[in-house]
Amino acid sequence: MPNPVDFMAPGFSSISRDFPGFLLDRPSKPASPLAKGLAIIFLVAGYSLFCWLAFSKSIENWESVYEFRITFWNGWINTIGISAAALGLSLLIGIITALARRSPFLPLRYSAAAYVETVRGLPLVVLVLFGFYGVANAVGWQDRLGVGITILSLFSGAYIAEMIRAGIESVSRSQWDSARAIGLGSFQTYRFVIFPQVTRQILPPLAGQFSSIIKDSSLLYIIGIPELTFAANQVNSATYSTFESFVPLGICYLALTLPVSLWTKWIERRMRYET
Amino acid sequence: MNISLDGVVKAFGGQRVLDSVNWQACFEHTLALVGPSGGGKSTLMRLLAGLDTPDEGRVLIDGLELPRDENALRAYRCGTGIVFQSFNLFPHLSALENIILPLVHVHGVERVRAREIASSHLERFRLEGQGHKQPALLSGGQRQRVAIARALAHNPKILLLDEPTSALDPEMTSEVLDLIGELRDAGQWIILVTHEMGFARHTADLVAFVDKGGILESAPASEFFASPVKVETRRFLEKILKY
Repeated sequence: MPNPVDFMAPGFSSISRDFPGFLLDRPSKPASPLAKGLAIIFLVAGYSLFCWLAFSKSIENWESVYEFRITFWNGWINTIGISAAALGLSLLIGIITALARRSPFLPLRYSAAAYVETVRGLPLVVLVLFGFYGVANAVGWQDRLGVGITILSLFSGAYIAEMIRAGIESVSRSQWDSARAIGLGSFQTYRFVIFPQVTRQILPPLAGQFSSIIKDSSLLYIIGIPELTFAANQVNSATYSTFESFVPLGICYLALTLPVSLWTKWIERRMRYET
Repeated sequence: MNISLDGVVKAFGGQRVLDSVNWQACFEHTLALVGPSGGGKSTLMRLLAGLDTPDEGRVLIDGLELPRDENALRAYRCGTGIVFQSFNLFPHLSALENIILPLVHVHGVERVRAREIASSHLERFRLEGQGHKQPALLSGGQRQRVAIARALAHNPKILLLDEPTSALDPEMTSEVLDLIGELRDAGQWIILVTHEMGFARHTADLVAFVDKGGILESAPASEFFASPVKVETRRFLEKILKY
């Protein structure tokens, strides 16, 4: 067997290995299940030990927090309700805005563009404060929950509009031509040809956006909507148990966002095989 | 079949792709448009297909002027079948559903009947057993045959084919050209843009040479290839038939 080094250019062996090989190199073959399992067990044990050593002294007040479990539960249900409502509403806003941005009627097109650019250029907190204390107050709309869902939907709708617009634009010219050639009208073209293809394309980012809505709904606590973060904050104020209030808070959000994230990955994998 | 172009102008961004074209043609079944790329073939095809309207002038087919209004034009398109170079089929629908869609939603055929028609067309084009597949799972030649099946399922008067084999390898090309030849022999009216000169010579009744924004020459196929009149035509044929 010739030594592989014999085939290398002279001086090659003097080139040093890239420094952080464990960071920059790509794995040459998939890791064995045993290695994966051992790594996971080791890491879980290690991080748990670290957390125990660091925080065990400050976590001893589970009983008083447990008494507020109904508050947590109600907050969690509200968060789910708000997120679901905002997803539906922002999807509707997104579709209408995306279509408006392609409209031949200029005032409609410009309004949609101004809405998208403004909202995407502002932090959500600013929108929440301005929307609630500014606009909603001025028009006398006092229903916090309604205002909160509307603001969240308007915020998320701008991002969804851009996803849908990109999705529509990615459908090739020849698909529009084919649809016209077989005699479909505009509405039929969108319904039977464009939207089915757009849906397949934007499902992964849309699922990601749903996860964002769940997380962003936490900001509604600043206008006093009793969602999950608001609930945890309340429990913290009542019991002076910061860790015991906020650890369940984090777990409750992860219980919602992790399944969505896994679902997104599943959709992405399925799409890859189908196209 | 009669086609007449009456002072037809079509410009894109200031460039007159068709520049005051006046032309009358009468042919039995098949018209082939040939010529160099960018010469205006596809633009002319899109006008004949009712996908675009001329900026000036009129297009008449069998004495009827093509309308300018999109709704009336759409009604005209319903009486034609069009196949483009590629990406004709809707990728999210199976071959069968691709054929069924226009039958049901444009021509008002009942779904059960539409399925029968679609199946019989797939069978006719030797695609039995492929109906359930999505376009991505079909070969290029099969895809074009499904596209032709879709274009013919509602028995259109005219079948328009815009370079139907340009995106195919030679084997698939002959597979599709065979099919087009069969349709012609069955009496289907066909207008086709093609680079396959041998095929045009065999199949077309009339060949028109499109270049420089107009129809420079048109003649019955045998005559067109045997003794082209214009210098441009001769040069084009020399170049394309060199290898």
